[in-house]
Amino acid sequence: MLFGGRKKKGVENPQTELYGHCLQLYTQPPLENISLVEFEQFAVDRMKLLKTVENLGVTHIKTSEDYSKKLHAEISSLNFPHRTEVSTFIVPAVASEYEKRRKDHISHFILRLAYCQTEDLRRWFIQQEMDLFRHRFNDLSPKSKSDFLHRNSLQYETISVEEKKSLMEKLINSSYAFSGCTVEEQDFYKVPFQDALDLVRMRKVFVKDGFAYVPHQDIVTIVLNDYRTRLSKALALTARSLPVVQSDERLQPLLSHLSHAYVGQDYSIQKNIGKISLEQIDSLSTKSFPPCMRQLHKALRDSHHLRHGGRMQYGLFLKGIGLTLDQALQFWRAEFLRGKVDADKFDKAYAYSIRHMFGKEGKRTDYTPYSCMKVILSNPPSQGDHHGCPFRHSDPELLKQKLQSYKISSGGINQILELVKGMHYQLACQKYFELTHSIDDAGFSLNHPNQYFSESQKLLTGGKEVKRELDSPRRPHAAAGSENSKAPPETPSSSNRVPQEVMDDLDSFFQEE
Amino acid sequence: MAPVAEYEAACLPELLPLYYRRLFPFSQYHRWLSYGGVTKNYFQNREFSFTLKDDIYVRYQSFSNQNELEKEIQKMNPYKIDIGAVYSHRPNQHNTVKSGTFQALEKELVFDIDMTDYDDVRRCCSSADICTKCWILMTIAIRIIDRALREDFGFRHLLWVYSGRRGVHCWVCDEAARKLSVAARSAVAEYLTLVKGGEETVKKVQLSDPVHPFIKESLAVVRRYFTDYALVGQDIMGSKESMDKVVALVPDEIRKDLVAALQAEKNPTKRWEKLKVIVQQKQASSKKSYYTEEEIMLQYCYPRLDVNVSKGVNHLLKSPFSVHPKTGRISVPIDLRELGQFNPFDVPTISLICKELDRPRTAEEEEASVRERDPDGGEQRKVRDYKRTSLAKYVKLFDQFVEEMERSRKGELLRRTDLQKDF
Ligand code: SF4
Ligand SMILES: [Zn+2]
Repeated sequence: MLFGGRKKKGVENPQTELYGHCLQLYTQPPLENISLVEFEQFAVDRMKLLKTVENLGVTHIKTSEDYSKKLHAEISSLNFPHRTEVSTFIVPAVASEYEKRRKDHISHFILRLAYCQTEDLRRWFIQQEMDLFRHRFNDLSPKSKSDFLHRNSLQYETISVEEKKSLMEKLINSSYAFSGCTVEEQDFYKVPFQDALDLVRMRKVFVKDGFAYVPHQDIVTIVLNDYRTRLSKALALTARSLPVVQSDERLQPLLSHLSHAYVGQDYSIQKNIGKISLEQIDSLSTKSFPPCMRQLHKALRDSHHLRHGGRMQYGLFLKGIGLTLDQALQFWRAEFLRGKVDADKFDKAYAYSIRHMFGKEGKRTDYTPYSCMKVILSNPPSQGDHHGCPFRHSDPELLKQKLQSYKISSGGINQILELVKGMHYQLACQKYFELTHSIDDAGFSLNHPNQYFSESQKLLTGGKEVKRELDSPRRPHAAAGSENSKAPPETPSSSNRVPQEVMDDLDSFFQEE
Repeated sequence: MAPVAEYEAACLPELLPLYYRRLFPFSQYHRWLSYGGVTKNYFQNREFSFTLKDDIYVRYQSFSNQNELEKEIQKMNPYKIDIGAVYSHRPNQHNTVKSGTFQALEKELVFDIDMTDYDDVRRCCSSADICTKCWILMTIAIRIIDRALREDFGFRHLLWVYSGRRGVHCWVCDEAARKLSVAARSAVAEYLTLVKGGEETVKKVQLSDPVHPFIKESLAVVRRYFTDYALVGQDIMGSKESMDKVVALVPDEIRKDLVAALQAEKNPTKRWEKLKVIVQQKQASSKKSYYTEEEIMLQYCYPRLDVNVSKGVNHLLKSPFSVHPKTGRISVPIDLRELGQFNPFDVPTISLICKELDRPRTAEEEEASVRERDPDGGEQRKVRDYKRTSLAKYVKLFDQFVEEMERSRKGELLRRTDLQKDF
């Protein structure tokens, strides 16, 4: 009913052909009719899966074992296909596997409809689908991988034995954990460097004359790049046919529900706007700010200046804890004027970007405060910068001194440094939270500086907020959402024919997240 | 004898009209940014922005042709000119197009290297100040980045420009570079970044096995300059204070031995040799690889890029031949064949070249001007005007750059049509 009518090639048994491998690139839209109930079930399940992908990406390092284990579990529990060696043909005995692949296929296309509508939605969807695909591809056996490449006609130019010989030393030195003999055994693909950006960025590949020499073991990078290009093109195309879909009164409410669910914890919408006075900030910074913000605040007070990265990270955080635009302007102005900047220069060079943060200038994008992952992974601090995450971006020795100056016990400091060593920066921060708030268990899993702040305030001010928290049910991803006021899902109009029970289910799902 | 003209910022309003009327190389400039006119509206959709008197900043300027550009610049007399992206629409009409459709499409891949980012490894100057001692850092930076962009990434058309004060810019003008996505730009910039960490990080370079060929190539460049720059020029092993900074970069297990050895030795160069020996000794008895020497050299000398400038397609960067309002120096292209001799203090200031215009013509020039006489004056006169000043050699260099790009564009075109013939 939805996707048909565009298929031209007369393949004998298209679905069997399509589902010949547990992983696919979703090149063909589904042709069959789908009941509305199934439509919704599939959509909701994939949505759940993608939310899990997102959450895990925020709390875990994507290459960690923990990450794959948890993602694996979620894929299985939602009945999506995952690493099956039965791949060449489908027999009734493995019908359940067929069902899983069908679900994978159809659900992907349903979400395309829901997520093609705006730039933001598309970006979110592509990101999660990429992470999901990477995980699933990496999990395949070597044989299954090449089978996948073959089926999808993903042929990349390999370099000749002679070329490999002449570049041998460089190839060995360009890839991690390679010895001469594995280089000899492996195929190397020569692709434009633009097709292997993740490897180029990390200098994990040999680059010469505009080409990256990608070893077979890293081929997922090229495949992903390929997939990303196709998917973003496809989404742009789907967006064009959207009016048709939107006029379908059965689907419209469902799709808009689905797309609303994407917004993660959004700390840009604050309930307690204007509840904080500028005089409070100094004391709040030592009591309730996470170390990253405490450090920025101190640097600002000391030097009366912050460079761009610091202004963004700290400015958005302050917006998130409830400063109004006027307060923010006053705050930054006062501090900068104490330094080398005069009033005129401030108004010309800085006021704009502060208004920008509040979405009052320029593209009117309402910037969202940075999450821990964003602070930890993107835009690392360089010369003259104070932003970033102290657990990630400070030398252990300096971190230790800093913690000492914060009056953390030496036992506590050692615990924190242990966690840092294991690259568990957010856990280290959580430990810091527990130590500074004298509690044994923070009772939440930290993934956002503003969450740190609101949890701290809840503990310190006690009373109302705590009560409110008790009223609401405990959630898997914990109190992360307590302070965030997410836009409530739209209520479907009464005219739609989506069975009410399913809609109720949906609602509960969205509210949970 | 070159006339000496001290630059004074107060004179800028008088000098700028003269500079833009008689000296600014509009024709080459327009030719450069038109890129052969292959893509429709490539010049017309380019953003320029001007900084006017009193720091008034006007963005989204755009021009239909060279004449319009010239007229407008001569009218506004900007203190500074920045170049932005090529947009989907004319930037000066950006308010009239539906929001969301006005988008930056292409721009040269650019790099900005600024001496202030080296403050923790310079002892001669700090912040905006530079001297010939620390300028070596820029020479190193250009050598390393230029090599990588050409050999690793295959780019051919690189324009290096002195920023006019304390740094250099690189404009990568190849078609492939102009078309790079934001993700690709940031990947290139990160590939080229080795020094990491801000004020909270002491050790900013960490190497591990295997050492990537790019790092090896870069190290080879650094090695050539390290003694001159760091050991002699900055004398990093000379005083206790500066030595402490070096010692802080050494692994804990070596530090004690090193401190003792350094105390016993007084000669700075020999102190450095000592450090190398001690690391080697440690290496001999350990499985772990020590790159201490290399890491220190890189931390002191490796180029520090402003990644954010390179990343954005719509990021603005100061234009070549713009004036630096603080120093009065012109942003001139740098000749890589004579990179070693480039001295930022020799770069002409606007006062100097304006003064050179007042100089009586030599007989030779007079003769040339008769030969070239053109009834309408205009363009012709301007051509001769800059030739009479110290700006001449820089314009010539720029000319060669644009020329070379055009040649390779034609070659590419020929190659393509030949290919078609084969089918
Ligand atoms: S873990 Fe998050 S909240 Fe804590 S310091 Fe790092 S970025 Fe800030
Ligand atoms: Zn100096």
